[in-house]
Amino acid sequence: MMDPVTLAILGGRLEQIADEMDATLYRAAFNPIIAEAHDASHGIYDALTGDTLIQGKQGLPIFTGVMAFAVKAVIDKAAADGDLAPGDVYIFNDPYRGGTHLSDFKLVRPVFRDGKLFCWLASAGHYHDVGGNVAGNYNPRATEAFQEAVVIPPVKLFAAGTMRRDILDVMMANTRQPRSMFGDLNGMVNALDLGERRLSELLDQYGDAVVTEGFADMRERARKLMLARIAELPAGTVSAEDFLDNDGVTDTPLRIAVDMTVREGGLTFDFSRSAPACRGPLNISRGTTIAACYVAIKHLFPEIPANGGVLAPIDFMIPEGSILAAEHPMPTGGYTETIMRLIDVIFQAFAQISPERAFGNAYGTINALTLSGRRRDGSRWVMFSFFGGGHGGHAHGDGLSHGNAPISTSTIPPVEVLEAANPVIFRQWALRPDSAGDGAHRGGLGAIYEIETLEDDTEVTLFGERGRHAPHGVMGGGDGACTRFEWDDADGTHSPPMVSKVMGVKLEKGRRIRLMTPGGGGWGAPSDRDPALSAEDIRRGYVTAPQTTGMANKQ
Amino acid sequence: MTKTFIIGVDVGGTFTDIFALDEAAGSVTITKIPSTRGDQSKGFVEGIGRLVPDFSTIRTVVHGTTVGTNALLERKGGHTGIITTQGFRDVLEMRRRDRPKTWGLDGTFTPVIDRADRLEVTERTLASGEILEHVDPEAVKSAARQLLDQGCEAVCVFFMNGYANGENERIAVEAVRSIWPSEHVTSAVEILPEIREFERASTASLNAYLQPVVTHYLDRLEKSLRASGFDGEILIVQSNGGVMAIEQAKALPVKTALSGPAAGVMAARHIGETAGFKNIITCDMGGTSFDVSMIADGRSALAAQTAIDFGMVIRSPMIEITTIGAGGGSIAWIDRGGMLCVGPESAGSNPGPVCYGLGNTRPTVTDANLVLGRINAAKPIGGKLDRLDVEAARAAIQEHVAGPLGMDVLAAAEAIIRVANARMAGAIRLVSIERGLDPNDFAAMPFGGGGALHTGALIQEVGVAKSLVPRYPGVVSALGCVVADMRHDNVRTINQPLATLDPALIGAEIARMDGLGRAALTRANVAFEAVERLVELDMLYVGQTHTVPVAIDADDLSVAAIQARFDDSYRAIFGRLLEGVPARVMNLRVTLIGRRPKFDLRALAPAGGKAPEDCVLEMRDLYADGQLHKAPVYDRLALAVGARVTGPCLLEQPDTTIFVDPGLTGVVDACGNLVIERI
Repeated sequence: MMDPVTLAILGGRLEQIADEMDATLYRAAFNPIIAEAHDASHGIYDALTGDTLIQGKQGLPIFTGVMAFAVKAVIDKAAADGDLAPGDVYIFNDPYRGGTHLSDFKLVRPVFRDGKLFCWLASAGHYHDVGGNVAGNYNPRATEAFQEAVVIPPVKLFAAGTMRRDILDVMMANTRQPRSMFGDLNGMVNALDLGERRLSELLDQYGDAVVTEGFADMRERARKLMLARIAELPAGTVSAEDFLDNDGVTDTPLRIAVDMTVREGGLTFDFSRSAPACRGPLNISRGTTIAACYVAIKHLFPEIPANGGVLAPIDFMIPEGSILAAEHPMPTGGYTETIMRLIDVIFQAFAQISPERAFGNAYGTINALTLSGRRRDGSRWVMFSFFGGGHGGHAHGDGLSHGNAPISTSTIPPVEVLEAANPVIFRQWALRPDSAGDGAHRGGLGAIYEIETLEDDTEVTLFGERGRHAPHGVMGGGDGACTRFEWDDADGTHSPPMVSKVMGVKLEKGRRIRLMTPGGGGWGAPSDRDPALSAEDIRRGYVTAPQTTGMANKQ
Repeated sequence: MTKTFIIGVDVGGTFTDIFALDEAAGSVTITKIPSTRGDQSKGFVEGIGRLVPDFSTIRTVVHGTTVGTNALLERKGGHTGIITTQGFRDVLEMRRRDRPKTWGLDGTFTPVIDRADRLEVTERTLASGEILEHVDPEAVKSAARQLLDQGCEAVCVFFMNGYANGENERIAVEAVRSIWPSEHVTSAVEILPEIREFERASTASLNAYLQPVVTHYLDRLEKSLRASGFDGEILIVQSNGGVMAIEQAKALPVKTALSGPAAGVMAARHIGETAGFKNIITCDMGGTSFDVSMIADGRSALAAQTAIDFGMVIRSPMIEITTIGAGGGSIAWIDRGGMLCVGPESAGSNPGPVCYGLGNTRPTVTDANLVLGRINAAKPIGGKLDRLDVEAARAAIQEHVAGPLGMDVLAAAEAIIRVANARMAGAIRLVSIERGLDPNDFAAMPFGGGGALHTGALIQEVGVAKSLVPRYPGVVSALGCVVADMRHDNVRTINQPLATLDPALIGAEIARMDGLGRAALTRANVAFEAVERLVELDMLYVGQTHTVPVAIDADDLSVAAIQARFDDSYRAIFGRLLEGVPARVMNLRVTLIGRRPKFDLRALAPAGGKAPEDCVLEMRDLYADGQLHKAPVYDRLALAVGARVTGPCLLEQPDTTIFVDPGLTGVVDACGNLVIERI
């Protein structure tokens, strides 16, 4: 093992390289999903296995787990073709090999030292539009990948340092937003350039052998820390399950279940009892499933460093044909919803054996809402955003109101920016009373977003979840409120038949929609709540009357 | 009486530092007295009295204050309400939908304005500036009365899209001011006419929240000074490093959030420039944190927006300070993977390091420095303790670090310092290399009590060229007050494509904002050597989200000229332009700087002074680079200009100790600074 002092210094330097790549892309990106929502990630990966060696601190948490699979897909491709060269950059969005969904493009670049492959750098980011049936790619009725977006397998965007214009042309021909894609792609290339430059400087300073040893030691250290945490847990099996509302195509609930076994020297996550693959876009690939487990583990044990060593002591049982082992060409557009449910059940399972570390479930859906149409001058407008909700109560206090999804670190665009860019006005941007799950520490509150359109023929699409199955509390804590979505027309107020998913709703000028998002689940029994805090909740209007916490559900 | 004195005062948690410049005599006097808790103005006036017998001889008092900072951090501002657009009372609490930490979901947040004190009125302006619903002043008054009934001392008015048309908000603020019993009424669009509702609402709310506290403090201070016979001007240091008149500080207290640290950075700039360094990285090491700020080419780096704490965002240019949790009190520990870590947990100043003997038993950075012989156990800095317990520090390092790692205690102590130094080096890399600046072009300047022990390591770890230790590192902020310029920043959202920008309109807007800035300079009744103006646009490619700052020439506002400036700025930041993509102008910024006369820092240099061999206080066992050295400890303030010392050695003075590492040498320059560099 390297001496711990050098290791600490080296680890910090390497992490800074990934952080700097993150920062470069956020600043340069065109589409707000990267620039504001930070739906991107960078890291350094093992030359042979693709395992995560170093990960930026700001990157999208779910990517930090999935990038190892993306790099592995490129390693396999390069081995099959046998033509890997310095200056190559691979690009692809294939979710079955690279994880997540078709909106996410991964750029992967080899780093050579003295003519030999040393490691990989990768950049992942969510592009605004990649073709398919629905602008923005959240198609709740897709039954095949082809209806979601164009599928690009791993191909070289740069060959030995020269950009292949033909590949770029193919990509630009398959998007409704070519300028945005071009800007984002440039930003990612800049980030990889910068990463390579910084890494070379560091390798020159420390020597390749020292850094290689450092990588191995950092992985080993994460593995040991994870093992030490597992050893603190009682041995045995705990189980938890939850449901997705539906797959957007067939209105039946989809079970997500985990049987978690703590054993000598490791953990097993068995997902065998989960639903089989579905017709609609709620499937996720095996790589995405493992990445989601990584996110859950990192939230529960934030002190463990972010590299592949964390996963070393963990086994996964994910049967073929499962909703959690999607194969080509199953639709995967709504992967965020499935992984959040997966994280929720892991939190539920942990709550049974490690209450101090447990959180009540967060709101558990990104609620991707798209409003689009044409202005009077004929120009096209698309307003697309993810919306927030409450986090769960926890050992230290009530949950955070209006937080971001546990799988991301995104911020929401300002209302004033949305209104300046689109013909809409927000009538409400408010906390949602009675949406938090009750508990000794209650959940955080969800939100009410009420939006009025200023143009006729505005089309509305919602890709959400938690419409029928509320975010659960832990250790006796109550459930948060469910998602509720409404729109007004001449006949009155309507809600979607599929509760949380709808497309093709048309609004006239002056009509409104209301998206009400879930609060978080509570932590501990409501009877243990400090009465003074309950009184404060009523005084502040978080709760409208005694015992109505979480009751927005039942309205 | 002729007014010859300029006084700089920095009130810290422990000490109040006073720096008195006698302009007629060209001389400087300094004093440090314990801060008076509860009423800081008491120590303030008493301290000045020690240096200047007759207050009527004082022309200007310049003050760097932490009253605002502390009120924010400790949540001790006034009882504040907000009057806002129907449907938007929760903007402050909903933030930008974020969370405090990437990993771990145990965040909570309580905004400074209670939900019951957030009232809505019917009104609405569109993003185009069109008023959809006019505001009713009577409804606003009735909301204001309700807030008064609920006990509010201060109020903020914040309306959606006020940046596009401030008419409704202006009418509402007028209505509130007509009935509000104090001056504590903040208009969001008055203080920040910029797009982005949360950032504007947060900045304005924090301003209102600070007004009662900061105004009360400044009123009392002014009264005490006047009662002592002072009839000059009082200036307050802003977070942007410029000063403003005391009346402005009462109206815009949010601009004092980083007043104290900003004064320090201004001093660093002046000291550096005088010593021939235009590029400085300041390093302020306290008990729990290490604060780094950068001055490049004589300009301090400013951040457009700063979060004082989670969800407490101030959008106003502030000295950019990068803070890491590595101070003298930072605790060294071994994690379960067997790695040595330092911080972020800190023993602070109470109980403080193990050697303080106040109850902490886990080793800190200060304990390591003590065990290595770098701190004098018999002369602790700060004056609270008589001596430090070396044996206890040694035992703690043995138990918590040396034992588990199988090292001897001295090696373990040095390892703690190396890890702490590496973290500080990381912070410096963050503010320099990551912005494309080469640390080799910079000098590190430590101030505060602890920084000078680590400054040599920064030369070796990060490759900064030199380290510049000011003659009085403990009173740098007070000195900064005396040399800071007056500065007023104004911003206005434009949000138009560059191609259709009307140069005449932009020119008129620049003239208007120029007028505002000049009026503020004039009102302060201060003499300036020169007035400078900076005109900047925040620009971006159409479709992009984040802007780049683009300095423009107000005499050539043609589209072509602005495009050329944008291209230069964009290329400098990102390396490549996006050909064919049109540009957009988001904001216009106009800054007026009144340059105050500077004093000659040679006034600080030692008169006379001795050769190094005549300044040796003792020969001490000093552990460095894995071995024990018998090294000299010099009396720093006794050294003559030009005196040179060679590491390893220590230099002691009442407010700090300097460690010169092996392989480094230090020389006293013409202003009394110690310049450390490689041999």
